[in-house]
Amino acid sequence: MPYGPHTVDDRGRMLAMLGIDSVEALFEDIPAAVHATGIDLPAPEPELTLVNRLSGLAARNRTDLASFLGAGVYRHHLPAIVDAMLSRGEFFTAYTPYQPEISQGTLQTIFEYQSMLAELTGLPVVSASHYDGATATAEAALMAIRATGRTRVLASRAIHRHYLATTATYFSGGGFTLQELPTLPDGTTDLAALEGALGDGDPVAGVLLGQPNAFGILEPMAEAGRLAHAAGALFVAVVEPVSLAVLASPGEVGADIAAGEGQPLGIPMQYGGPYLGILATTEALIRQIPGRLVGRTRDLDGRRAYVMTLRAREQDIRRDKAASNICTNQALCALAATVYLATMGPHGLRDVAAGGAAAARKLEAALAAVGVRRLHAGAYLNEFVVRVAEATAVHAALLDQGVLAGLPLADWYPDDADLSEGLLVCATEVTTDDDIARFAGALREVLA
Amino acid sequence: MSADAVIVAAALAALPDRTAGDEGRLGPRSAVGPSLQPTLAELSVPGRHTDQVPHPPADALAGIPAVHLRATPPALPELNEPGVVRHFTALSRLNYSVDGGFYPLGSCTMKHNPRINEWAARLPGFARLHPLAPDTLAQGSLQMLHELQGMLAEISGMQAVTLQPAAGAQGELTGILLIQAYHRSRGDTERNEVIVPDSSHGTNPATASMAGYRTITVPSAPDGGVDLDALRAALGPRTAAVMLTNPSTLGLFERRITELLDAVHAAGALAYMDGANMNAILGHFKPGAAGFDVMHYNLHKTFSTPHGGGGPGAGPVAVNAILAPFLPAPLVVQDADDGFRLERPGERPASIGRVRAYQGNAGVLVRAYTYIRAHGGSGLRQLSEDAVLAANYLRARVGEAYELPYPGPCKHEFVATARPLKGATGVRTLDVAKRLIDFGFHPPTIYFPLIVEECLLIEPTETEAIEDLDAFADAMLAIAKEAREQPELLHAAPVTAPVRRLDEATAARRPELRWRSMTGAETPCPQ
Repeated sequence: MPYGPHTVDDRGRMLAMLGIDSVEALFEDIPAAVHATGIDLPAPEPELTLVNRLSGLAARNRTDLASFLGAGVYRHHLPAIVDAMLSRGEFFTAYTPYQPEISQGTLQTIFEYQSMLAELTGLPVVSASHYDGATATAEAALMAIRATGRTRVLASRAIHRHYLATTATYFSGGGFTLQELPTLPDGTTDLAALEGALGDGDPVAGVLLGQPNAFGILEPMAEAGRLAHAAGALFVAVVEPVSLAVLASPGEVGADIAAGEGQPLGIPMQYGGPYLGILATTEALIRQIPGRLVGRTRDLDGRRAYVMTLRAREQDIRRDKAASNICTNQALCALAATVYLATMGPHGLRDVAAGGAAAARKLEAALAAVGVRRLHAGAYLNEFVVRVAEATAVHAALLDQGVLAGLPLADWYPDDADLSEGLLVCATEVTTDDDIARFAGALREVLA
Repeated sequence: MSADAVIVAAALAALPDRTAGDEGRLGPRSAVGPSLQPTLAELSVPGRHTDQVPHPPADALAGIPAVHLRATPPALPELNEPGVVRHFTALSRLNYSVDGGFYPLGSCTMKHNPRINEWAARLPGFARLHPLAPDTLAQGSLQMLHELQGMLAEISGMQAVTLQPAAGAQGELTGILLIQAYHRSRGDTERNEVIVPDSSHGTNPATASMAGYRTITVPSAPDGGVDLDALRAALGPRTAAVMLTNPSTLGLFERRITELLDAVHAAGALAYMDGANMNAILGHFKPGAAGFDVMHYNLHKTFSTPHGGGGPGAGPVAVNAILAPFLPAPLVVQDADDGFRLERPGERPASIGRVRAYQGNAGVLVRAYTYIRAHGGSGLRQLSEDAVLAANYLRARVGEAYELPYPGPCKHEFVATARPLKGATGVRTLDVAKRLIDFGFHPPTIYFPLIVEECLLIEPTETEAIEDLDAFADAMLAIAKEAREQPELLHAAPVTAPVRRLDEATAARRPELRWRSMTGAETPCPQ
């Protein structure tokens, strides 16, 4: 046994106390016809063997390219303190704080997370966490449906494709409608089309826009929100949290719900997760928000303490009437975000956002210098689409030159002639001038 | 001294000392550290910081129209690095954890989290890989994920596995949507009900509702198993699926499992297994081979990825051949040239689509992969046997003072009840649980499953030594004795934790979910 404590003598004492000869007696309740005889997997491996095996696998991944790939997950500086705090066993080997008297560490951390995300989003009610940006977006859409009693949701097609696909899956059981809104040549969502859809007689529960959107373009959020509200629909902002250091918050632009991916807040990219689903809303919608909430209260002696609250929304209490089936969430990732935000502070976070913007402008200029220009004219923060003929082939050729040239949008919009020639590229505070020069130089060669 | 202070003093005095032979006393075992901590907002001092990234040029945002920019910077706290370290270190000391002690939280499998798993997940090749990296850059991760799909298929006796679901509850939703897709593909559209036993996890009925189904609850039989006659009566042409936890949430294996599965399939419904309790039956029961159509795993339970204070988990779903076409996309596949890749968009047209972004919680999956490799097939079977042995041993010992409502043997966990104590002394399960904290232990799961009055659901796991099982049992017995002799000690508990019992009613009536609102940073940005 790799981790078990039992000696032969220990097992013997336990069996003797139970008055049986063999542990097999404890498995006699499994009918013989379905009693398995073992698992056909390789022999156990000691730690040294595991070290070699896992090192070998990790080494087969390539993470050394000059990368301009973002598309919802961003490479950022990870302060060493974040993993140091996360690695404390008191945090990572605890579970859901069902016993608040001995879980104040986790509970206060979640309270502080909720507080800081409320600052960033401008919305006062923040859930303790969801799985990722995609499921947070789907849950936001379902909130709009529950809150309005309507079954149709409008979403810009310039929202992360995985988020829309996930929302469609979440809608499939209930038979709800997810309708995509077109975009304009400048990369923003077509508000005239939004207005038309809102006024076509079929009531709308919610309107979803990304900020920045999936093309990196900044959307006319306040205007979209006004249109949604005028039609009795809720307005959902799908956001990137680092950008909220500098961009108008969902609360400021009139959003009822904010959803987003918290990975940029100190969480490694690790090929897809675990990440952090951000979900925030107004006081008015507090009983519609799914997921755990932590509130401040007092103990018998009047001491300040924290506890999971408004539990009547949750599956273990309400069962089939719950707001969602979510149970285990992403608490450790929320801890990472909490440590990250506490470490960066308001100015550090602004430096990250503005540093990415500065690097992205250098990138835009360097690519323009080799004749590759932006596809959209709209304003952007740190990510944008460039137009390249045969973008997918160019992207592949650049890999051979050690450059990961973002995401070929043909992957996401195969039927759109313009976007099929697009590469979605981003820069962050870790993007160096050398990276940019390497990209531009390689692109010049590939296009020649 | 107030009456309460007298009781608290007595409750402290009654705690057993631990001795270390002739070499001195150790004092009572304690659950967690003593002192509370201010909030980050209260610790914030304007102007304090530790630089992490270079300052960008002042005009970095000049190209962005003002309408898109926020009016005031977010009021985040301002601390330097040592301040942040002290804050979170202090908070960590307020937590009970598996590293800190015995954590017999039933249904949650709080076993040791091996450190090699943590090391593996942090290898730069894994940690720094972008989820949309082309397959050619991700061969190591793809191979690991492909092998894990195969391992989880073998362990479950199923045909195919998706690693995408982020947690057990999301695995449940995925599984029910697969069943829905299957029935729809056959034009069988009248099935709008999902049957669950009354002992089920709350996630089961909540999942059925999310997928658009009506939940039908069937009672348990006196032996704790599903009431087969009640199930047969509930089954019909409207039944899409039956969701069973096996072993059940009572810690009991469904002895009538083959009859149950036959009845489900005879009605044209499919059988879903909630795999939360797989830790009991690895190598002894393969749900797919026995006739279940679909199941989810909770990797943070069975395969010891950390519980993290409430996640992240991972909830892979294993299915038999009839459901495989509908699995979420993309799966990891191996090509003829031995390379690994993600399925391409549209490659498996019957797929239900995505249940989340990207490939799943790969950082959790690598930990589970490492854990399975460490054990091998034989070690997994052994760990289940040890978990079941420990649970039966502890069950027998706890049974010396508490009622055991169901006959044994149990699997990896068991229920006990403080119902007789309540009748005799007024002490409730909640009081027993809180007094366990004073004795230095994390309480078991309480008041679940809902069908047992004053329920304690106790799961020791295979990594607790016999001394720890005995110490916990001794504490349970001592508390039962206290309940009869000095019940006020239990009502007052806990008295050794950083806080005493909380006013949860006010917290729910007047929710305070964040620091009082702050309005903008107090110092200008350094340039």
